[in-house]
Amino acid sequence: MIVRLRVNGEEHEADCWEGESLLFALREKLPFPGSKNACEQGECGSCSVLLDGTLVCACLVLAAQADGHEVTTVEGLAGPGEAGADALHPVQQAFVDAGAVQCGFCTPGLVVATVDLLARSSSPSDDEIREALSGNLCRCTGYAKIFDAVRAAAAAAAGGGG
Amino acid sequence: MQGVNPLAKNRTVRAVDVLTPRSLDEAIALKAEQPEAWPIQGGTDVMVALNFDHGRPPALLNLNEVPELRGWSRENGSLRLGSGLTYMEIERGELREILPALAEASRTVGSPQIRNRGTIGGNLGTASPAGDALPPLLVEAAEVECTSVRGVRRLALGEFVTGVKRTALAPDELITAVWLVPSRAPQTFMKIGPRNAMVIAVVSLAVSAGDELRASFGSAAPRPVLVTAARDDASTFAERVAEAAAPIDDVRGTAAYRRHALRVLTERALERTLAA
Repeated sequence: MIVRLRVNGEEHEADCWEGESLLFALREKLPFPGSKNACEQGECGSCSVLLDGTLVCACLVLAAQADGHEVTTVEGLAGPGEAGADALHPVQQAFVDAGAVQCGFCTPGLVVATVDLLARSSSPSDDEIREALSGNLCRCTGYAKIFDAVRAAAAAAAGGGG
Repeated sequence: MQGVNPLAKNRTVRAVDVLTPRSLDEAIALKAEQPEAWPIQGGTDVMVALNFDHGRPPALLNLNEVPELRGWSRENGSLRLGSGLTYMEIERGELREILPALAEASRTVGSPQIRNRGTIGGNLGTASPAGDALPPLLVEAAEVECTSVRGVRRLALGEFVTGVKRTALAPDELITAVWLVPSRAPQTFMKIGPRNAMVIAVVSLAVSAGDELRASFGSAAPRPVLVTAARDDASTFAERVAEAAAPIDDVRGTAAYRRHALRVLTERALERTLAA
């Protein structure tokens, strides 16, 4: 079946098996491999995307359910920078600056989850951060530098950038 | 694992249809035509089964575009919770004040990603003994509204769930809403697990302390169980709750631990709710 959806602001069509997930469609039928597939059952969060602005696991959304809807993936966060180069989204930059990226597999999901958190809460407490990221697992970093990145991104956003 | 070899030359791939009704009338007509279709709303249970090929239904009935299933409303002193109401909507909205135990339970489900999609209708349809919405709904004497082309009926929650992952839903029916009259009694929900997110309850408990004490537990019996007592009998309530449970040993814990945990949780719940 043909699924028609908007991804990162642009209209796309994907020829999908009716039972496949949005994650599979994004990675295999569309050019958006940024969302990762680690568990395929909503436990790890590496497939986190925004569906109509809401944080979800793409592995738990039927591709057909995204028909007529809007998806934002990690690829949709960075914007054009100076001289045509792509700048990283401030949250992505914060992760890089904090040393919060090791193998990088969890990073797209964590970045999307952090973007969602900061859209709703400008100065999240540590407990709020913990709860907001509770659906994202990282096997490399031990989370400390991820927390540093989120706090830095929150401070930068609250301070109007730096 | 014994199973299907996807590379076997004689293997047929069974087709799956997706049906996407745009109204409740259309949805129940489709379910009547295709009773074998799996309803899918939040997808947090159905997609796991599909992703791991644990089931291959002839059709998926996508309920995401049926507006009648969403949200909640007040109707003559009762609350109607749409079967498509998500845990996040319960956790963050006005229902926090009206149904605090259900809101606390909702907050313990999975992760934000799961809570943004998972629904109480799905929790009822799956009817797992570990379902987090079931104890707080049972304590509030919830009824499950089931709709088909033949009409609408309501079943008390205790009668709706008939066994482990079994319900009284007819093949042509959809769960459309949950009805209850909020007790406004002090109430709470607790859940035990190895961490404080992404956990299927080892055991859980909802308690309300109104004119009578009411308790219902999860992961400690095959079906939802309601335990009641007079407020004056609070001192023996924890023991009554533990005795009413029928826990088993399984991968998440032992029966003995679950029974012990229910005693402790009930005492704590009474401390919270009787003081309120």
